[in-house]
Amino acid sequence: MTEQQILEYLKTVKDPEVPVIDVVELGVVRKVVCREERVEIDITPTYSGCPAMKVMEQDIVAALKERGIDDVQIRTVLHPAWTTDWMSDETRRKLKEYGIAPPERVTGNDLNPLNYAEKRVACPFCAAEDTRLTSHFGSTACKALYYCDSCQQPFEHFKCI
Amino acid sequence: MADSFDQQTRDDVFDYLLRLGDDRLILGHRLSEWCGHGPILEEDIAISNIALDCVGQAIGFLRLAGEVEGKGRDEDKLAYFREAIDFRNLLLLEQPNGDYAYTIMRQFLFDAFSYHQYEALQESRFEALAAIAAKSLKEVRYHLRHSSQWVLRMGDGTEESHRRIQEALDDMWMFVFEMFESDALEQRLVAQGIAVDASALQPKWEEMIANVLSESTLRRPMEPGYQSSGGRRGRHSEHLGYILSEMQILPRSYPGAEW
Repeated sequence: MTEQQILEYLKTVKDPEVPVIDVVELGVVRKVVCREERVEIDITPTYSGCPAMKVMEQDIVAALKERGIDDVQIRTVLHPAWTTDWMSDETRRKLKEYGIAPPERVTGNDLNPLNYAEKRVACPFCAAEDTRLTSHFGSTACKALYYCDSCQQPFEHFKCI
Repeated sequence: MADSFDQQTRDDVFDYLLRLGDDRLILGHRLSEWCGHGPILEEDIAISNIALDCVGQAIGFLRLAGEVEGKGRDEDKLAYFREAIDFRNLLLLEQPNGDYAYTIMRQFLFDAFSYHQYEALQESRFEALAAIAAKSLKEVRYHLRHSSQWVLRMGDGTEESHRRIQEALDDMWMFVFEMFESDALEQRLVAQGIAVDASALQPKWEEMIANVLSESTLRRPMEPGYQSSGGRRGRHSEHLGYILSEMQILPRSYPGAEW
């Protein structure tokens, strides 16, 4: 049993809210250490209050159990704080295909808490940039709501944090 | 690091973490009361998301408080099995929600405080505390964008929305300066590089709210007027008892219940 192998198994565990990306590419899994029969996994929450964290934790334990690994210890770490910058281009592509506008790289503008200048987010359906923010919060804390004035579709944008 | 605290520091840090945690827990509970009652669907969702963030941050602080105390109390024990007199939250945060203007103005004034508090706490020498602050800061940025934009929209909106949010600001002004009160306990921790001096946050906070209020055509009330305080010492308004009775009834009626 190697750490690489465990990571491969963990790639079968999907984010319950965004089932096209797994917990490794989401950046929730931070570290895997194998000690003889025991597997120790460090995870970090996306948002402090994300209700999906508990589900992901249970899904990780279940996925490893299925492969005969019973001794799994999960530890929650907060440092360094989770950021969407950990997502690869491939992960962003998957989000877009799924209909969620992917996060851009975090810029200085994202760090301004009184940022009234909304950025242009391309519509994941028609690629038009004729879109507008309708709410900073969507169906989950990690997403904002947008509306595309070109194809008249509401869509979600994965927030940059 | 917590292992190296002497008993005085341990007691102080425990109390300080309760202050940080209880602020978010009580505000989170208040915001959750809007769930299903928001003025529009998007706001129902937004305010519920913010409530979740607040409660999530509270979990972090209260869990750490329990570890520092070292008496086997976890975040649930601390949230559900303390009396009103043991809560350390600001009086502002336990006030009833009022109309949406009141909820938004309370949120804005606290977000602006919380933002600067977290920004400074990221540098705390107590790493576990600094980590919660750095994480929460990212979330509060979004809360602040949300609340400040609604202050702007209501302040510079219709005659009625302007009147309501100005009244909300005037009404809650008597609770505002409790945020910047510092005491001997906090000062002992400031001296050790663990806590942030709340009074030092006021100038930045004043600057931030002055900008938003002026853009929103709102008037900052004359200062300071009568100020109410006591939350940090467990002296609360009658509202906290009602919050706790609702929040705590299930685990107190069925201790150890799981589902």
